Amino acid sequence: MAFFLLRRFGTLIGTLLAASLVVFLVLEVLPGDPAQVMLGVDAEPSTVEALRRKLGLDRPPVERYLAWIAGLATGDLGISYTYSVPVSELIAERLVLTIPLALIAMAMTVAIALGLGLYAASHHGKPGDWGVMAFGQLGIAIPNFWFAILLILYFSVHLGWFSAGGFPGWSAGILPALQSLLLPAISLAIVQAAILARVTRSAVLEVLREDFVRTARAKGLSRRQALWRHVLRNALIPVVTIMGLQFANLLTGTIIIENVFYLPGVGRLVFQAISQRDLIVVKDVVVLIAALVVVVNFLVDVLYAVIDPRLRTQR
Amino acid sequence: MRLPLAMATIGLAALAGTAAPSLPAAAKDRVVVGMQAEPPVLDPTINAAAAIDSIVSGNIFESLTLIDDRGGVVPGLADSWTVSADGRVVTFRLPEKVTFHNGRALTSEDVRLAFARAMAPDSVNASKKIFQPIEAVETPDPRTVVVRLKQPTSIFLFSMAAGDAAITATETVEQNRTRPVGSGPFRFKEWVKGDRVVIERYPGHRHADRIRMREAVFKFIPDASAQVAALLAGDVDAFPVIGAPESLARFQRDPRFKVVIGTTEGEVILALNNARKPFDDIRVRRAVNHALDRKALVDGAMFGYGTPIGSHFPPHHPAYVDLTGRYPHDIARAKALLAEAGFPNGFETTVKPPPFTYARRGAEVIAAQLAQAGIKVRIEPIEWAQWLDIVYKQRNYDMTIVAHTSPYDMDNYVRGPNYYYGYRNQELDALMKRIDAEVDASRLHALYGDAQRMIAEDAVHGFLFQLAKTGVYAAGLRGYGQNEPIVQTELWQWSWAGQP
Repeated sequence: MAFFLLRRFGTLIGTLLAASLVVFLVLEVLPGDPAQVMLGVDAEPSTVEALRRKLGLDRPPVERYLAWIAGLATGDLGISYTYSVPVSELIAERLVLTIPLALIAMAMTVAIALGLGLYAASHHGKPGDWGVMAFGQLGIAIPNFWFAILLILYFSVHLGWFSAGGFPGWSAGILPALQSLLLPAISLAIVQAAILARVTRSAVLEVLREDFVRTARAKGLSRRQALWRHVLRNALIPVVTIMGLQFANLLTGTIIIENVFYLPGVGRLVFQAISQRDLIVVKDVVVLIAALVVVVNFLVDVLYAVIDPRLRTQR
Repeated sequence: MRLPLAMATIGLAALAGTAAPSLPAAAKDRVVVGMQAEPPVLDPTINAAAAIDSIVSGNIFESLTLIDDRGGVVPGLADSWTVSADGRVVTFRLPEKVTFHNGRALTSEDVRLAFARAMAPDSVNASKKIFQPIEAVETPDPRTVVVRLKQPTSIFLFSMAAGDAAITATETVEQNRTRPVGSGPFRFKEWVKGDRVVIERYPGHRHADRIRMREAVFKFIPDASAQVAALLAGDVDAFPVIGAPESLARFQRDPRFKVVIGTTEGEVILALNNARKPFDDIRVRRAVNHALDRKALVDGAMFGYGTPIGSHFPPHHPAYVDLTGRYPHDIARAKALLAEAGFPNGFETTVKPPPFTYARRGAEVIAAQLAQAGIKVRIEPIEWAQWLDIVYKQRNYDMTIVAHTSPYDMDNYVRGPNYYYGYRNQELDALMKRIDAEVDASRLHALYGDAQRMIAEDAVHGFLFQLAKTGVYAAGLRGYGQNEPIVQTELWQWSWAGQP
């Protein structure tokens, strides 16, 4: 297990270094000068030069890359060009929205998908199964931003139950904050749930055909008992794999959904940072998301071992 | 399927119901104003973003002068001023009781220091050039500021109204980025980054008794359809500049809203790279102007909101000369001019529109219009930071579409071949020098007329239309301006109908 953890940690560091190098190089060749963006078209060239010096943009690229990496290693993410506050503060302010949003969406995804997937598999070939399959097809086909707009039009504009977007902040109370995350979470979850429901259904169907299920039924377990005790656990491996990938999708999905609902999260932060050429923020957020994805994949690997005892002994 | 949906609906309703009582039912003295862009910082003297000025100018910070809704210069922080006979000495008089929001009295010394900061060599003030004419600032007493100019400067009093010329306190220079301290009618309350800025009435302001709004919230909603939804859902009371012109007809039919169409200082031009073939040939540039159908462009790209222009000057200004008839829409003439210039079969070129509604939609309509004259246009959309780098700085473009939003920005045409226009006309250079130094209003207006004609005669660009200010306001709101002669959203005159 120690070796497993060590190898995982090595993967994490390697992935982060690769991600940091790629994002640095991409932003290096991307046209756009942060100082010019901040000062606009009326500024004198000498003023722009003064600001470039202030931001440290006049130093050579290698020096800037090494300084950035050294900062990251010591937990110093640098100062945002546009907001002129520490990037760590900026990201921390936004994570308190994005992480809960992604977790709520993930919980919804799992609840909807497992429920529907199991229901469809146990009613294989019946109208209920077709209904779930149709929902799945529809869910996969619908882009989440479009679905989000439909939700806003119905629940905010027509019924007036929710505000059309925005986030009051956790200081306004748990309930109002959760309320403002509900529609965004639903828009994020519905597509992922549709995909996961189909995966769950086919995984369960596959296991249902196994000999040990027949044996379980033969020794007197009801259909339902066999499903819960023997089928579900064995069907979970592909489901958990997909879930791990979906969490990464949810994180990136927040970039679009946070813009539709104008939520002040990490997704909106990085979107603004790219258009304003707040390069240091873009770099830090990309590395952060890469780190999150690696960590989630690590958790998925650990979950495999929990679900399937055979994998524990192999390692 | 029906039952789960109904249950989900009930569940949502229960959750929604819990927050409904939080809406105050008492007499309203609070307004929520929607803004398309969030400011990066809140100090207008260190960053050019218009989003800063639209929140802080005239609300948190004050400049010496103010611009009224018709573009006239009126007293701001300064009560009054006098200009010497030779136009070189301007004496501003400050009111008796002015304090910064931290309680300290504002004196003439603060004005001198604020200008000194803006003019310093390491200053990053984006409009440093408006201070260029200043030779010296003197402070004979705490309420008098004497500004000596190097030469008479016609637009000096106007430019002193800019957010870049706001009077800030020396001790708060650092915190102004995020927690600004000014002397205006509203003081800063909080900034939830990515969501809103909240300001509240400053009881220590000399006109505090006239300010009706206790609190104002600026809410940032970049997406055009989200802006419409926020207004319809009642989350936002006003959108002074809404990003979706196609939604205006809908708001006009809705009695809960009032749609207000005004003018701005934004001249939208089809900029032609005068330094590059074939646009270095005046016949080609004139052909482009004849090929443009401005009315169809405004209808097609802006849903009819916008005023066609024939030169680089706003139609609402008293010195405006209507030159839209100089190059009437005439495909045959455009083709003849192209043939004369050596392009009997037209030519191929590109347009690089930045990501603004007017530019992206305009590019499609213009490409279709120029195609009729034989000019095949490839559209290469680019984002704003790229525009600033590739088009503006490197001057690597054929055509682009952009709005020049600064007031009195005809001086761009004398910035020479190093400016992205790539244009130079020595006659115009001389004329602009005379304009800068002319202080008599009627002579000044005549000179502005000459400059407009000269630029139109040279067909420097395809002059398209003046951007409209398209605002949507809750029906009960009062006191907002119609036009945008300078970027600001002055809230001190706003009120709700029926408010005491």
